[in-house]
Amino acid sequence: MNHHPTIKPSLDARTLAQSHFRTLRLGTPFQPRIDALGLKQEWYSWAGYRAPHSLWDEELEYFAIRSQAALFDISPMTKYRIEGADAEAYLDRVTLRDVTKLKPGRVHYTAWCDDEGFVLDDGTLFRLSLTRFRLCSQERHLPWLLDSAHGYEVSVEEETEAVAGLALQGPTSFAILRDAGFAGVERLKVFDLAEFAHDGATITISRTGFTGDLGYELFVPADKALSLWDRLMAAGELRGIRAIGYTALNRARLEAGFIVANADFTTSEHAIRADRLRMPDEIGLGFMINPEKGHFNGRRAILEARARKKLRHVLVGLEIEGNIPAEHAIVYYRKSQEIGLVSAAMWSPMAKRNIALASLKRPYGDTIVDDLWVEIYAMRELQYQKLMKKAKVVPRPFIKLDRRTANPPADF
Amino acid sequence: MTSSDLNWDAIVIGGGHNGLVAAATLAKSGRKVLLLEAGNEVGGAARTEEFAPGFRVSAVAHLLNRLHPDVVKTLELERHGLKVERGDFVPSIALSKDGPLVLHGAYGEVLTGASPSEQSAWQELRAQLLRYAGILKPFLSRRPLDLGGMSLAEMTGLGQTALALKRLGKEDMRDFLRVLLMNVYDLLDEQLSDNRLKGLLAFDATLGSHLGPRSPTSLLGLYYRLAGEIGGLAGAQIQPKGGMGAVVAAIRAAAEKAGVSIRPASLVAKVIVEKGRAVGVVTQSGETLRARTVVSAINPATTILDLVGPREVDTGFVRKVKNIRMKGDAAKLHLALDRPPQFTGVDAAGHRGRLVIAPSPDHVERAFNPSKYGEFSPEPVMEITLPSLVDPSLAPSDACVLSAVVQYAPYALKEGWAAGKPKFLKAIMGELETYSPGIGATVRHAELLTPADIEARYRMPGGHWHHGELQADQMLMSRPVSGWSGYDTPLEGLFLAGAGSHPGGGISGAPGLNAARRIIAMRA
Repeated sequence: MNHHPTIKPSLDARTLAQSHFRTLRLGTPFQPRIDALGLKQEWYSWAGYRAPHSLWDEELEYFAIRSQAALFDISPMTKYRIEGADAEAYLDRVTLRDVTKLKPGRVHYTAWCDDEGFVLDDGTLFRLSLTRFRLCSQERHLPWLLDSAHGYEVSVEEETEAVAGLALQGPTSFAILRDAGFAGVERLKVFDLAEFAHDGATITISRTGFTGDLGYELFVPADKALSLWDRLMAAGELRGIRAIGYTALNRARLEAGFIVANADFTTSEHAIRADRLRMPDEIGLGFMINPEKGHFNGRRAILEARARKKLRHVLVGLEIEGNIPAEHAIVYYRKSQEIGLVSAAMWSPMAKRNIALASLKRPYGDTIVDDLWVEIYAMRELQYQKLMKKAKVVPRPFIKLDRRTANPPADF
Repeated sequence: MTSSDLNWDAIVIGGGHNGLVAAATLAKSGRKVLLLEAGNEVGGAARTEEFAPGFRVSAVAHLLNRLHPDVVKTLELERHGLKVERGDFVPSIALSKDGPLVLHGAYGEVLTGASPSEQSAWQELRAQLLRYAGILKPFLSRRPLDLGGMSLAEMTGLGQTALALKRLGKEDMRDFLRVLLMNVYDLLDEQLSDNRLKGLLAFDATLGSHLGPRSPTSLLGLYYRLAGEIGGLAGAQIQPKGGMGAVVAAIRAAAEKAGVSIRPASLVAKVIVEKGRAVGVVTQSGETLRARTVVSAINPATTILDLVGPREVDTGFVRKVKNIRMKGDAAKLHLALDRPPQFTGVDAAGHRGRLVIAPSPDHVERAFNPSKYGEFSPEPVMEITLPSLVDPSLAPSDACVLSAVVQYAPYALKEGWAAGKPKFLKAIMGELETYSPGIGATVRHAELLTPADIEARYRMPGGHWHHGELQADQMLMSRPVSGWSGYDTPLEGLFLAGAGSHPGGGISGAPGLNAARRIIAMRA
């Protein structure tokens, strides 16, 4: 007979420090509010945190982004505080884009690579001051970032737990922030950031987001998270503010043409199979490469791959005939030759088009863009309807909203 | 016009023997070569230096047993003063309280002092060791295989090795593969019974590495030794007249003849990198010198982390370079003696040879044990030479020089070398006294170089004469780091040519020659 050891309840520090297994998915600082609104109880794990797929209605959550204002908890996003006299030079070497051109008070989207030029992750870099940055990403990178710091006067600290984050996205987002009393927020242009007072603390608001819409991201010390949530909810009550889950956000980001690490491409530390690794040029991030800037990780490999034409894949936007989403469909050339895979797809209510992101083997999608097809397996009452649909390579983003960049931001 | 206006085809950093070989080889191909040496003299750890008034000694390396025949041939060293004759071969003597045992000729062609059965067992083992070392020999001299893109020459080389393996026959080939990564201790137990002989071989296998005879893969060290040759004979050794400095002088003469400009007292502070390409160097005095090719024959970690700087290379590469293990575990002892010492039971020829104190494999293993925990061996093992018996000019008349490599002396001694050095010297002298009674009273001057001293004096990080542990994980395709074993680096125009590169240390000139050949091949 098996004997189960009895765990004696003990309050000593060691036991308390080992409590991780009692909470398999952590809550974020906003969890009390999200739990109260999470009528559907549809959770997933985002970097170990309990995050909602959807809170109350996927469709309406999506339309909150496009017609009202949506509040999305981004606290599980990995955040690093990078500070020091060499912080700029350090980040310029670690990441692809030219950090010397990123002014204090600005944000840019960037990515970083290993020695072989394969993408480790993409993320956003916030320049909080001349010597202080925040790097946000999907995956964790502390060992890589610390090892990269050899030879630089810089400190790298993970602040994922200490700093909570909210994305407030949608046409009424600006009006809500203004009504909430964040004076001066109207001056923020796209990719600007500024500090604001909140509840005796300082928070950072940037005009950024993952929706292609007018929107903002707010970073707040964890202990002031709930009061910020309440402040926004109160100010937004008459402007249609709604808490949303990831499914709605994922649709908005696809319309905006944004890629998601380990969904649209496999990051190099996750990839097990050698042919799954991707260089920036292979996932649409080639624009970030600046051979004229100082040395950066992967430079030699990337420039060599370009020179020797060793780039083997390309990530493209597709428009597909019909209205059945082509999620994870195989892409064919001349209906017969397999050339790639759709990583994300939807019928876009905004574009009124059937859109998709796909990774294709060059030259398809690069120089050969005609006669492309996707085979959609639509499950209809326990039977697949196999649909061979014509696909067209189209530029991203799939939608472009003037309100995203309008200055001053419109008051809806 | 100042020299900074000149544009060199190649700048070689470091005038150790590998730097000189690389510079000379490049110059012979018609390139305009400048060699920058930090010290006042070239030669690095192969210099002959005065350590007491009138007493001169080979600085670190004191026996010549692996100078690569291609180096001798390519640089025509014999025309430049290098002399190696069969009569110069010196024996190895395993000292023991039971009386010495002598390996004559090229690594014991004849063994004396052992029982007849041991002699025949040795002949068998010796033949086997040389046969197996012979298989590895091409790997341990040529550029490592480029796994990414193998050239026709490399394929041919690999094919020849496959043929050599096949020629061994099935049984022998199986045995070769069986013992390849074995520890030397167990192999010796299989075939020999005389502790003196086993002790000597255990010592030779672990000399210069942080391994004991029972450490896995320790047999590789013996193969490395036996893959070397001098005067055409594998395993042979000589004490060069004039010390190792005389060998360096011959290489230097060849380099100068080929047109190399040698500039001593020119410490390089920085390698200039422009857009991922090394384009020159800045000396400590602030002079900028530009060249199409920069060859670093100094330590690989120093080159990348200090001269190039981590900012110009990728994080993963920095990680690998930082992880190269190179903490030395051997010390060098120089004694100025009033008169030649007498080692008990050793004849005159033996005193001109290599005297080894390593009475049994267990003794070597026990000497190794404390070094794992940052302590020196209380009963150290060592190889001793008396160079002034071969070349009287190295000491005042009637006096004598003793040179010894002593193990184990961990670089990071727990108590610190300031406190530990006198204690370690006492331990060494105690051992010497056992085998040469009365030697202590004749010591006029003693110089003990710990790894920390070797590091400071010869710019060898960790005081490691291989510039990186020579163990299975840091050999061949993994030397100095995996992915960059072919003398080139992630920086275009920057090459590594020192002992830290394949095949490794010892006075072979192979890294320098291979690096130069690589550079020449790339331009061709």
